[in-house]
Amino acid sequence: MTPYGSFTFFIIIAILLTPTIILGLMGKRFHTYNMVVTILALCLIFSSTHRQALALIIFTVWQVILIKVYIAYRKKANSTVVFYLAVIASILPLAVSKLLPYIVTTNLVGFLGISYLTFKGTQIVMETRDGLIKQDLPLHRLLYFILFFPTISSGPIDRYRRFDKDMDTEISGEQYKHFLYQGINKIFLGFLYKYIIGYAINHYFIAELGYITHSHFQMNLYYMYGYSMYLFFDFAGYSNFAIGVSYLMGIKSPENFNKPFISRNIKDFWNRWHITLSFWFRDYVFMRFVFTVTKKKWIKNRNVTSNLGYIVLFLLMGLWHGLEIQYILYGAYQAFLMVAYNTFERFNKKHKWWPQNKFTHVLSVIITFHFVCFGFYIFSGYFIKGV
Amino acid sequence: MDFKQEVINLLVEICQDDVVKENPDIDLFESGLLDSFGTVELLVQVEDRFGITVPITEFDRDTWNTPNNIAMQLADRK
Repeated sequence: MTPYGSFTFFIIIAILLTPTIILGLMGKRFHTYNMVVTILALCLIFSSTHRQALALIIFTVWQVILIKVYIAYRKKANSTVVFYLAVIASILPLAVSKLLPYIVTTNLVGFLGISYLTFKGTQIVMETRDGLIKQDLPLHRLLYFILFFPTISSGPIDRYRRFDKDMDTEISGEQYKHFLYQGINKIFLGFLYKYIIGYAINHYFIAELGYITHSHFQMNLYYMYGYSMYLFFDFAGYSNFAIGVSYLMGIKSPENFNKPFISRNIKDFWNRWHITLSFWFRDYVFMRFVFTVTKKKWIKNRNVTSNLGYIVLFLLMGLWHGLEIQYILYGAYQAFLMVAYNTFERFNKKHKWWPQNKFTHVLSVIITFHFVCFGFYIFSGYFIKGV
Repeated sequence: MDFKQEVINLLVEICQDDVVKENPDIDLFESGLLDSFGTVELLVQVEDRFGITVPITEFDRDTWNTPNNIAMQLADRK
């Protein structure tokens, strides 16, 4: 059963979470019960495909052993080679699942959410290397973090130390009322975004483009804007469901969107769009890359270093979406925008060519919006094959 | 020169703006003075000059947001 895909799913989750809500309102601890709910919900989600369920189990065992072994190793030693090997091992299942369909017909490794769960495992390995995770992690918490059902299919991508802190926070009955209120509010916002606005755009606009438009160019242009809006409302709607259900369970999953279409520039956009993904790449790819290059003095020029960092980040992000040509092109396009904006920003800091006032702010938002929409047009695949 | 002043001088170099010195409570990220690239430069310099190692993942923008806060966080790790 697809998470948040049908009313049946919502009704079953509501029934499963009724004891959670009662316990919460009474100010009692409910995480043990919530772990049971997670197991039941996972059975529900993966019951229709046993192959995926098996792949999920093998993946989880692999990640847990890797994390446990690496933490134990890190207490004694800290070799860079071992660290890189651990990172590769943690990404391996995802890489195999993306490559396998090109070699054989049945994908035995992939399952719903593998792209998102991989981030959680890799992140723990990295924070262990940095010395931020020092002690062995309790197995039930580690499993709960990786398999937390509200965010299993498409994020938001949480971080272990943040999640762990939420688990330890005592929530009084009075405080839980706020969790409940915010949770329900987000879930209903999700309905509005995904099943009313997103659905309407897709059904009454995108599907009708053949009747609305009069030329090939016009059709592609309308599709570009329609698809951009649909993508936002569909994904932000899903994220609201995931975050809302997390809140009901006493976990404040991080936000994924912050009004992305009012971004002033492309850098601002990546602080507002799919936030947990872009912050993951920022913290674990871009900053680490720039740090190593600067520290080892491989490249003297600061601009070259930061631009190279953006190229690495966005090409990787493109590949992460999939190995299809449109995703790689999307990554390259975003890398180009970041490098171009970075160059402009440095130029402008020196020459003060673009003044800051209300007018230029509005203009910046409009320009950024169009560049962003064109990016989604590439992402949709229709840039290559046409609508 | 005291430690806090040294940190603020370093931030002036990295942000290339004297406002850091004039208003040490300014939010460096909201004002656009510091971005992820500047943050990395800061961490590299902090390691080289003060011998304090701060892992990138430790640098949380909510607590390391102003010159004063950064100086305070670093003083704790000396």
